[in-house]
Amino acid sequence: MSDALPIEVTSPTPLLELRGISKEFPGVKALDDVSFAVYPGEVHMLLGENGAGKSSLMKVLCGAYRADAGEFYYKGEKVAINSTADAQKLGIAVIFQEFSLVPHLDIAQNIFLGREPKGRIPGTIDRRRILADARRVLDTIGFDIDPATTVDKLGVAQQQMVEIAKAISQNARILVMDEPTAALSDRETELLFALIARLKADGVSIVYISHRMAEVFALGDRITVLRDGRRIDGVRPADVTPDQLVRMMVGRNVDMTYPRHFADKPGEVLLQVKGLSAPTGISDINIEVRRGEIVGLCGLVGSGRSEVARAIFGADPVTSGEIIFDGKSISGEPDLAARRGIALIPESRKSEGLALLRSVSDNLVVSALKKLFPSGLFDQRSAQRTADGLIRQLRIATPSARQTVGLLSGGNQQKVVIGKWLAAGSKLFIFDEPTRGIDIGAKSEIFALIDRLVADGAAALMISSEQVEICHVCDRAYVMREGRIAGHLTRNELTEENIVRLGMHHA
Amino acid sequence: MTDITKGAMAPPRSFLSQDAVQLFYRLLAAFLICAVLAVLSDSFLSLGNILNVLRQASLTFFIASGLTLVVLTAGLDLSVGANVALSACLAGTVIHTTGSPALGILTGLACGGLVGLINGVMVTALRIPSFIATYGMLWVLNGLTYWYMAGETLHGFPAGFRQIGSGYLFGLPIPVYLLLVFLGIGTFFAQRTVWGQEIYAIGANPVAARLSGIPVARRLLLVYAVSGTMAGLASIIFLSRLNSAEADIGESLTLPAIAAVLIGGTSLFGGVGTVFGTFIGALILTLVLNGMNLLAVSANWQPLVTGVIVILAVWLDMKTRRRAQ
Repeated sequence: MSDALPIEVTSPTPLLELRGISKEFPGVKALDDVSFAVYPGEVHMLLGENGAGKSSLMKVLCGAYRADAGEFYYKGEKVAINSTADAQKLGIAVIFQEFSLVPHLDIAQNIFLGREPKGRIPGTIDRRRILADARRVLDTIGFDIDPATTVDKLGVAQQQMVEIAKAISQNARILVMDEPTAALSDRETELLFALIARLKADGVSIVYISHRMAEVFALGDRITVLRDGRRIDGVRPADVTPDQLVRMMVGRNVDMTYPRHFADKPGEVLLQVKGLSAPTGISDINIEVRRGEIVGLCGLVGSGRSEVARAIFGADPVTSGEIIFDGKSISGEPDLAARRGIALIPESRKSEGLALLRSVSDNLVVSALKKLFPSGLFDQRSAQRTADGLIRQLRIATPSARQTVGLLSGGNQQKVVIGKWLAAGSKLFIFDEPTRGIDIGAKSEIFALIDRLVADGAAALMISSEQVEICHVCDRAYVMREGRIAGHLTRNELTEENIVRLGMHHA
Repeated sequence: MTDITKGAMAPPRSFLSQDAVQLFYRLLAAFLICAVLAVLSDSFLSLGNILNVLRQASLTFFIASGLTLVVLTAGLDLSVGANVALSACLAGTVIHTTGSPALGILTGLACGGLVGLINGVMVTALRIPSFIATYGMLWVLNGLTYWYMAGETLHGFPAGFRQIGSGYLFGLPIPVYLLLVFLGIGTFFAQRTVWGQEIYAIGANPVAARLSGIPVARRLLLVYAVSGTMAGLASIIFLSRLNSAEADIGESLTLPAIAAVLIGGTSLFGGVGTVFGTFIGALILTLVLNGMNLLAVSANWQPLVTGVIVILAVWLDMKTRRRAQ
């Protein structure tokens, strides 16, 4: 471990420096004596597993949390960050994963929300000026769009640009970005990286939180690794290997290749989708999944992968085509699909996978109520026993089955979502981005779990934007493009290049 | 240990379940109110007054118990009072014309249940927010009842029928027995049946509930039908107790029922609350109003006090819950 201060400086004084920051919550030391410096015009990567203290540090930076101990220096001068207003004055802006835009207002209104230029009549807004000002801000970040477009018409990437424009319009000098590429396609990611380069050139510093190793090396000028609320090290990308970084993050060696035992011969056909089309924008989808297989469903974000998953599960209506599951045709609501043995592990586990305020036990048995209690009479103790069994089996880290599920880490929450379908005895597991926002250690556990599932005769259909993951764990994969299946890749053909080639738009 | 243990480092949580803690505070509040009233008024602890409080509370509870299920799913049923009025008037007419209390009771329950079912269809099939669907239903039912009754009052029912609301059994009013029965059924249904569990799951996160394979629409239909049926039951007890039916008897029922649910700790956001809590809520509400009567406080103050209690109860709930998280 090196000293608290960076090894080599790019500029004599840091733009912002944190010294000895600590923050404690009842029972948890979220930040423990963390020191951290940001220099002008640098991209500072913040690395760490979930729960390592990245979010807490980010919230201290933007004034949402007040540090219990520690000092802040802005251009060498001691300052205080006690509120979000303080942080804003220092030019610190945070782009959270969940955007804080008002969907029904247009881009210009969102950028200048609460600071609208006043019109001639008191209480009105100078519409022409707000549009012109917005145009100017959008130009500085190279975002070519009509500022009068309402935000709810924008995609995730565009909304992110609006957030960045908003921050820039407030003269942000330090931009904190929390996993900004998590929901972006490759093309959108490239655009974001170009924008980051542009902001850097203007002297804006970027604190960048990421779980993706490739980004860390592609973008980072310096890397700070956090673990268990402590700063483990500060390094330059040139001086470390990905493996070394992973070791710093987890404090042990993690096998970066995922465990997978490929079967010699796939089992019988479990799911057959024939010519499926739906109003959600997918058409003529043909898919087959056999027992013992993990089948990948790749393509760009927005290519219709989630829509296929939802259509198979009955969550969205379909217009034509047939879904044959376990030899029988199936159509209807999710409760029917679930009863027949299909499981959906949705992409946004917090909003679609879990009842966050309910207990781990409640969440684990929710899909198995009919199976566990065929008489219709519920028994809390028996439910708890089932939950305890799953907690042991899946190694869910929770003090008890009665813990509120929202308090678990991302990886453990994901295990709960999978666990509820294990309890239900599902045969086909449809995973939609199963490792999003999950740290590396938990990722390999999740994959080991999926591997065990299919080895026991279940089957999996897996959507993932992480092509490395698809290539490592899938028997074969379908690649989607613009709502259609663009191609199929066998185990031997399954490479990142092939996935990208099939999934790209051919303009 | 490995990285995955970090979830375990979340703030510690009390070993008692959240529901149990909330119920404990409520029982404590009810006892405190009783103690204060016993000191301030000689007549509070008289048997007659206590029985009167229980009977009053039971009337509020019948409506509020069905409503509790609706609120548990993050919905609201504003039509319960109007439903009581229509059901009572129809039931009264049937008893008058056929002379059969049994047919009248069936009519009241059927009318209440049917209204609830229509509410459920509006909420599920037509996807109208429950607040609006049942608000509209309130007006529709009022309109129907006023048109049907045309200013008339139904009066005088068979003595046997009147026993339901005014009779005694072993020294206790019959509505109190009914209260215990439905408190038991409601609690059992919510806590000890699969359907009850599914209702909590729907209230906690309807999207996740649907994607977990719960037939959300069917359960919602059930919940609204139960709420309507309980309003139908309340209409029978009102009819029997008042020995008359008028078009406007439901007008002062809905808001106290909602108050009982909220004072009882059921969250309007769904997923949190108990039928037993609603019983305590109805009791607290009745105790306070009863105490004000005994202490000769003008009835004009009652709405204000009810409002303050509701706000206080919900505020305290939110505070304790936030601390727990």
